[in-house]
Amino acid sequence: MKTQELVALLAEDTRPTRAPAFGPLLLGAALAGAVVSAVVLAAWLGFRPLLPAMHSPHFWMKAGYTTLLAAAALLAGVRLARPGGRIGAALLLGGVTVAWLAMMAGHETMRASPGAMPKLWFGDSWNLCPFRILALAAPIFAVVIWVMRRMAPTRPALAGAAAGLLAGAVGATVYGLYCEETTAAFVLVWYSLGMAACAGLGAAVGSRLLRW
Amino acid sequence: MTDTETVLKGLMLRGLAGDAAAHARLLGALAGHLRAYFARRGAEADAEDLVQETLLAIHLKRDTYDTGQPFTPWAYAVAHYKLLDHYRRKGVRRAVPLEDAGVLLASENPEEGAVRRDLDRLLGELPPRQRALLEDVKLTGHSIEEAARRQGFTPGAAKVAIHRSLQKLAGKVRS
Repeated sequence: MKTQELVALLAEDTRPTRAPAFGPLLLGAALAGAVVSAVVLAAWLGFRPLLPAMHSPHFWMKAGYTTLLAAAALLAGVRLARPGGRIGAALLLGGVTVAWLAMMAGHETMRASPGAMPKLWFGDSWNLCPFRILALAAPIFAVVIWVMRRMAPTRPALAGAAAGLLAGAVGATVYGLYCEETTAAFVLVWYSLGMAACAGLGAAVGSRLLRW
Repeated sequence: MTDTETVLKGLMLRGLAGDAAAHARLLGALAGHLRAYFARRGAEADAEDLVQETLLAIHLKRDTYDTGQPFTPWAYAVAHYKLLDHYRRKGVRRAVPLEDAGVLLASENPEEGAVRRDLDRLLGELPPRQRALLEDVKLTGHSIEEAARRQGFTPGAAKVAIHRSLQKLAGKVRS
């Protein structure tokens, strides 16, 4: 077929087309996945007593950190879903979020006695936390990547990483409904590690699944 | 370049609104730029195939264009991606740096080159009725309405069938 003929053929398929709202689509995907994760968590580990937790600033520090990272990943995902999208704003938001928690962790460390250090940085569940976040992120990732497949990411690995980070950050937020660790230092290391693993796996999956 | 951007974006916006003539002009103009771009980036032998593949992609994914943004970077990103994907599929390790989107418009070549992978052959792999419909539109220049009548489709069903066929074709092009 000649290219001219192809152009004529494609022109026959011209219909009024409007851009789908990628932001709400990806957000909806993440929230739908989050509901599944919350059900999994309830059946698996259960929730911590939420009312007393909500009176603690630590609860909100943790939820704020994971939610802000989810927002950064969502923004990156929306941008990367379109050819030529730029992610400077998303990187800035993510960077500021991590820097904010790192400052809180530094503050905690300076005020803590030497004997309290292990508890501060390792808590009681450092060896479980990243894996649990990975597990809770899996259903969210499945929904998000399925939605993203219909878009047009021209950097599939990066788009997959954004999808993975979104799933990891939302999964970590869900995990906060169970996890009773309260220090910024713990969250900075082990929550971030779990979310980073999600982003890494997302990049690997994305570079295969997000081709078009 | 700025002028070309203005013209192409205008055509794109009209195409998105459903103006088939503007859409055809857009794709025709892009074909020339894409041909020159792929040839310059080392894919001379496959340039025409890449042009066709990219035009298909631009057509099928045009709803991902954000109308508030310039058009050229969007089209360039698709072309760059298709070139990378082409090398990856061929197993060629080759760096294709992301450049300023303006390189896409730097030159053009209206002369069609030879294709290696013939879309007509790929069309042959579609289900018979869809193929007949598509060939009727393509070969005889019939409008969809007319081709639909000849092939026993309702106009609405024919439009859907053509769109699906083009999506399948794009999938086959990549495999």
